[in-house]
Amino acid sequence: MSRADKQSPTARPGSPGEVALGGGSAVEDPEREVGPAPRPPGGGWRAVFGYWFAVYKRIWRSTVISSFLAPLLYLAGMGYGLGALIDSGDRTAVPGVPYVAFVATGLVAAQAMMTASAETTYNVFGAIKWLHTYDAMLVTPLRVVDLVRGHLVYVLMRLTLVAGVFVGVALALRAMDSALALVAVPAAVLGGLAFATPIYAFSATIDSEQGFNVLQRFIIMPLFLFSGTFFPLTQLPVGLQVFGWVSPLTHTVALTRALGLGPDSALWLEPWRFAVHVAYLALWAGVGYLLAVRALRRRMVV
Amino acid sequence: MSLIRGTGLRKTFGDFVAVDGIDVEVAAGESFGFLGPNGAGKTSTMRMIGATSPVSGGQLRVFGMDPATHAPAIKARLGVVPQTDALDEELRVRENLLVYGRYFGLSREQVRARTGPLLEFAQLTEKTDAVVESLSGGMKRRLTIARALINEPSLLLLDEPTTGLDPQARHVLWDRLFRLKRDGVTLVLTTHYMDEAEQLCDRLVVMDRGRIVAEGSPRSLIAQHASREVLELRFDAADHAERVADVAGIAERVEVLADRLLLYVHDGDGALETVAARGVHPLSALVRRASLEDVFLRLTGRSLVE
Amino acid sequence: MATTSAAPSRRALPFPVALARPAALVERNLRAARHYWLTFVSGFFEPVFYLFAMGVGIGALVGSVEVDGREIPYAVFVAPAMMATSAMNGAVYDSTGNVFYKLKHSKLYRSVLSTPLRPWDIAAGEISWALLRGLIYSAAFLLVAAVAGFVPSWWALLAIPACTLIGLGFAAVGMAATTYMRSWNDMDYVQLAILPMFLFSATFYPLATYPPVLQWVVQATPLYHGVDLVRALTMGDLHAGLLVHVAYLAVFSAFGLWATTRRIGKLLLT
Repeated sequence: MSRADKQSPTARPGSPGEVALGGGSAVEDPEREVGPAPRPPGGGWRAVFGYWFAVYKRIWRSTVISSFLAPLLYLAGMGYGLGALIDSGDRTAVPGVPYVAFVATGLVAAQAMMTASAETTYNVFGAIKWLHTYDAMLVTPLRVVDLVRGHLVYVLMRLTLVAGVFVGVALALRAMDSALALVAVPAAVLGGLAFATPIYAFSATIDSEQGFNVLQRFIIMPLFLFSGTFFPLTQLPVGLQVFGWVSPLTHTVALTRALGLGPDSALWLEPWRFAVHVAYLALWAGVGYLLAVRALRRRMVV
Repeated sequence: MSLIRGTGLRKTFGDFVAVDGIDVEVAAGESFGFLGPNGAGKTSTMRMIGATSPVSGGQLRVFGMDPATHAPAIKARLGVVPQTDALDEELRVRENLLVYGRYFGLSREQVRARTGPLLEFAQLTEKTDAVVESLSGGMKRRLTIARALINEPSLLLLDEPTTGLDPQARHVLWDRLFRLKRDGVTLVLTTHYMDEAEQLCDRLVVMDRGRIVAEGSPRSLIAQHASREVLELRFDAADHAERVADVAGIAERVEVLADRLLLYVHDGDGALETVAARGVHPLSALVRRASLEDVFLRLTGRSLVE
Repeated sequence: MATTSAAPSRRALPFPVALARPAALVERNLRAARHYWLTFVSGFFEPVFYLFAMGVGIGALVGSVEVDGREIPYAVFVAPAMMATSAMNGAVYDSTGNVFYKLKHSKLYRSVLSTPLRPWDIAAGEISWALLRGLIYSAAFLLVAAVAGFVPSWWALLAIPACTLIGLGFAAVGMAATTYMRSWNDMDYVQLAILPMFLFSATFYPLATYPPVLQWVVQATPLYHGVDLVRALTMGDLHAGLLVHVAYLAVFSAFGLWATTRRIGKLLLT
């Protein structure tokens, strides 16, 4: 991550905000980040976060459906409904694990991906092209990095909220059954950021919103289906399995499933495996962040 | 023959009265304007004439037909240039004309034959395959006008045709509209620019709060409701009303605005000499010809463009 | 160039020509789609991805399903459901998001209504377009499913018109619902209607899996009738009960068409 800091021309080494976004420690207390270090003029990322948070406060009701209800419907429909069919037979996804627990621990990661994608596509494109929000921000002392960071901190908040609520409900329903499931929340958030930053870069690059249809249908939807959320990757042909392991979602699912099912399950991971998954996700998030800043700068500073 | 005839025409939205019983008549070949500030009821009137807004009261005939029962037949002979261009941004420039023509039931050959000359008329030939989004404001406006002409209408409705355009784009547009007029197209337009009304309209009505407050040619309206010239005086005063006494008796009428006094006089330079002779020294003075703006001020006590 | 000699007799369209008006809007959409062909093509892939995830991935977990006393492979069970739901999804997608854009952002319908087209022509044109798109997707999907060996009966060809009927219903009702939408955020409420149907209309597991009370609820939804109809056709299981499904969907469609026409007129001709 320190390498990344140096490459980013406007990075401020020592700024905790930088570490929280580009690095890996997913949930930081935002209060702690107010330091005495000299700051450039302007409201910085906090002001940008403030903008998105104000928007969210106005529209949060309509996001309840896609953020909280939809994953629970999937849990009911796939986990319980389909689970009844699957668990009654002689086969199952993972021996000793009820199908609903298998789905719940996968869905939390998939939902993080969906949320990340929803928050960094039309919001970013619209702020650039339709509403000219970014134009308005850039005539103030705010810098391009502030725009990206503020937005990503907002995404971080949304991810925490979405994953937290889902895990809470899953625990209440006994679809997850381990205290470690709470740690699945930061794992899902990290997985979400691994999508949020590259998608942000994509949104800041494209000229037509047609790109989002392609992203949704050729990337997000297949990943949702083929990253081990609903059935183990091992059921796929080897070629597709390789494709599956490139997907950050597969790695997120590995983490959330291990944590959600607990140390006694067959899907628990050795420490080095945890480290590999986390590192892989951090790499996506970090590289994506650099690309996002670069893409937005190219787009806005002309 | 009158193309439009409205008597006691009213438009209400719930309790709100947008158009409050107006009488209008527009003859073929005429160029007719509705002048008034925002909210005067101009657009509501235009939409009733365009048969896209039901009449709330009174009677309206367009081409001798009732919009309530013959909307498609009326629309088939109308060209409509709405206030916002509302071009089809998912289509290219030429396609906008092709597709719009098909809405009128014109054959593909007919539409194709018309697009070339229309694009030329709108000075957009080089933009034939351009994305609509890439056009300038003036170009979009001209494309909207070209689109409205695809069915060769005998009556063209233009709602605020040059609002938001820069001066040069406005003059290009006015030139195009003159040509249409010369070719015998009846123009009906709304505007809150007096220069536009003076440029384009043979006859106009001044509207305010849903009513017609005056009617006539631009020149006759000025003659009737204003003096020949206007002397504008600016003083170093917080309230210009205090200075009215200084110019008493010089003008036929004095209007007090926030930042100046308007003196309605026959001879502006003469009046200015009289002011100076009294030992009154304004910060600045300007003599100009009276315009429709002055007519509007006289009739309503308010400025046209705020 | 523009003349006053426009003959009104030619312009006042006689009744048989009336179909030309919605067709003009279909033509407009076809032209627009040419500039957005990638979106058009991508629409085909979503149900196919679902088909293989469910048929192959989940199929390996489930094995076979018992329907009316017959054991059938899960892929054969789920393929017609994917076909029916994609007809619903496509129609809803077209008639909500796309229509909302035209209604609120591009002001397309406002321009269209200043020409001789009437609200009914807009409703008919947009819905015809949604059906045309759906028809192409359904046919392509059926081909893929058949090649994969998930379609046992030739009666499956009738599933294409069945999906067109599903599309008609959802496009018409979806468009009517869109006229009530205030902002893009309201699209989430569309999801609220679609997602439960997608998951719980005997799509992924047989009706018998549900408790008896819920079975009644499931049977009340339009998608259930669509799924059951298409499934019967792809499996070659024809019986008179299918007419009930057809009738349900026909009434559903008629209601949507009526509501859409009314609402467009109310919104734009004020």
